[in-house]
Amino acid sequence: MTLTELWFLIIAFLWLGYFVLEGFDFGVGMLLPFVGRDETDRRVAINTIGPVWDGNEVWLIVAGASTFAAFPEWYATLFSGFYLPLLLILLALILRAVSFEFRGKRAEARWKTGWDAAIIAGSAVPALLWGVAFGNIVRGVPLDARHEFVGSLGGLLNPYALLFGLTTLALFATHGAIFLALKTHGPVRERARRIALPVGLVAAVAAVAFLTWTQLHTGTVLSAILATGAAVALLAGLAASRLGRDGIAFTGTAVAIGLAVVSLFAAIYPDVLPATDPAHSLTIHNASSTPYTLRVMSWVALAFTPFVLAYQAWSYWVFRRRLGRHDIAGAAE
Amino acid sequence: MDTLELARWQFGVTTIYHFLFVPLTIGLSFLVAGMQTAWVRTGHDRWYRLTRFYGKLFLINFAMGVATGIVQEFQFGMNWSDYSRFVGDVFGAPLAIEGLLAFFMESTFLGLWIFGWGRLPKRIHLACIWLAAIGTALSAYFILAANSFMQHPVGYRINPATHRAELTDFWAVMTNSTNLITFPHTMAASFLTGGGLLAAIAFWHLRRHRRDDTDAATADGQRVAFRSAARVGTVTVLIAAVALAITGDIQGKIMTEQQPMKMAAAEALYHTEQPASFSIVTIGSLDGKHEVYAVKLPRLLSFLATGSFDGKVEGIDNLQAEYQKLYGPGSYTPIIPVTYWSFRLMIGLGMLAAAIALVSLWALRRGRTPRSRLLYLMIVALPLLPLAANSFGWIFTEMGRQPWLVFGQLRTAAGVSPGVSGGEVLTSLIAFAALYAVLAVVEVGLMLRGIRAGVGDERPPEPDDADTDAVAFAY
Repeated sequence: MTLTELWFLIIAFLWLGYFVLEGFDFGVGMLLPFVGRDETDRRVAINTIGPVWDGNEVWLIVAGASTFAAFPEWYATLFSGFYLPLLLILLALILRAVSFEFRGKRAEARWKTGWDAAIIAGSAVPALLWGVAFGNIVRGVPLDARHEFVGSLGGLLNPYALLFGLTTLALFATHGAIFLALKTHGPVRERARRIALPVGLVAAVAAVAFLTWTQLHTGTVLSAILATGAAVALLAGLAASRLGRDGIAFTGTAVAIGLAVVSLFAAIYPDVLPATDPAHSLTIHNASSTPYTLRVMSWVALAFTPFVLAYQAWSYWVFRRRLGRHDIAGAAE
Repeated sequence: MDTLELARWQFGVTTIYHFLFVPLTIGLSFLVAGMQTAWVRTGHDRWYRLTRFYGKLFLINFAMGVATGIVQEFQFGMNWSDYSRFVGDVFGAPLAIEGLLAFFMESTFLGLWIFGWGRLPKRIHLACIWLAAIGTALSAYFILAANSFMQHPVGYRINPATHRAELTDFWAVMTNSTNLITFPHTMAASFLTGGGLLAAIAFWHLRRHRRDDTDAATADGQRVAFRSAARVGTVTVLIAAVALAITGDIQGKIMTEQQPMKMAAAEALYHTEQPASFSIVTIGSLDGKHEVYAVKLPRLLSFLATGSFDGKVEGIDNLQAEYQKLYGPGSYTPIIPVTYWSFRLMIGLGMLAAAIALVSLWALRRGRTPRSRLLYLMIVALPLLPLAANSFGWIFTEMGRQPWLVFGQLRTAAGVSPGVSGGEVLTSLIAFAALYAVLAVVEVGLMLRGIRAGVGDERPPEPDDADTDAVAFAY
């Protein structure tokens, strides 16, 4: 395997980690009004992701910076090309990050309702727009000979990309519902389980439609197998959730999201950003950094990633217990 | 305004805003870790209460720092795509490593710290805040390494075929002499800022609880706790100020060597002088091209810039002519009034903060509680002065490098995204400015509210094992 192939894999892995992890905390954020009828319930829901959401978001930062370091052309073209969607994602993520910290700082109902709205929007907007962005990456975007994006915002909002946006929105909502069912007991868990099935079915239908469309468009045998695996995992997760097997259900949605990401990257490989005119596509070869940079980065990644994975896993272990209403009632403000 | 100008304004606005929270976060993370260590070692309740109290303020700032930090990473690609292409091979690596080594550590261990009270064993919980604090320092190191490359590019070559920078020596980039001195300078500035906030709040509470409260026990608890905090804060400011002066001095000499134009611009020194005098105040003509009135200390600039009272300091006009020969026609002079005044304000405001800290520490001697109203008024400025000094420091560093984006290699005008329209940048500039303004109001409100609340009278959680059922709620 060459270094450029390795870094393509690493970046795929970082996006996979980001969507699997932040996917459920986007879901929890979006479902806040549906699972939390009163303040106590909403606090139960928010506290399930409290200790981990920030660490989850770092996966995005590392994915972005690794793209910058390993494939500068990809980073430059993608980020300047998807300008307005990324702006909306940034505004949403800013609002969401401060909301978690700020909402509990005052007792007034209006204050909390306001920040809850920010959490809901701050979770739903990126969940939708990341799907739109990745839909466009798979579909291919208009690039000129300099690899400069020459499309328009309207062009980015094409039906194919919007369908994938809808898919990720529903998929993350399902993932969040199943995570809540796994991490809580009492009314929040009951509501989360009730929501998981219909939302999950919407996600499944959208996902199957999108993956079929993708197969017809750019698919390979490998991406077809992965996509089928993703759909099967999602349905298995929903079935397990029905049976009250929360752990298996969560594994199911996590695997579904993971395989979906892998399938997208498999579909574009060896391009990193396909162009509508294939001659202008960015590939792992013409977008990459020098072998020396990639070698340095590989050593750093090899040395430190195990520690990162270990302590992140440990933090999940520390906060493994389910939460319920009585935890909140007993806790100080 | 065109895309370039708007993109520059956006970078300036978002970066200065972000950097209000960064030094506070770095400084406070270490100070809170120190206070928690004092609690774990001495068992005194006051340290526990201070840890909780300042911890809350630290977290409000941390949230703002995190939220505004993502913009920074995305902005290089969004507004400065040609810069990203030119420099990605070199500049991307420290950014990626910052994420992997520092951000993961900060965020994960801070999550453990916030929610781990009473759940994690005492010492492991303490280790979490230390790891988060070390994470903030590591992050500063890597991002400053990236910035130092822009000030003083090392460890690279320009590929003649692509005209882009390529990394040839990663270690050289990591140990860039510019960074080796900028990092301690920035860390010292962070402690000045964090210590200033710590002290100012403590004095405010000391004054508030000076007279006997209706609840004497509470007032006593507050007094005891905030006396300690006032000492820690002022001593931190003083040590940080000494470190700032020393590192700043070395930085000045390195800057004279690496970016002589920046030094000349800092002083509005038009003609090469030997020996050169240091200007205390210079009033220039409106275009900043001529000197109208000046108060100067002879030979001091020579010493600051070269370490010798006879050293030669090159002037703007001479350097401009030299650079035109080297790089072709064009202006190589930054906007002089901006560099001149930001340089002075950075130093002056920082020194003023140190002076206030010194007076306040003196006022605390032998168990005294200061009575002077004037002193308390000055102390209110203690956290604000370093914040302003930090901003002016960065304005000086970045504006003084102009017209270069990467010194000697890439001009700012050549780095902007060619495919992004002025309208798009204007949209994002307005959106960020509006959101940031709202958040500033909210943040200040919450800080004031948190400050007013004072230390609690809660007892520390009993030492326990990890297997307890207790859950700490922060949200």
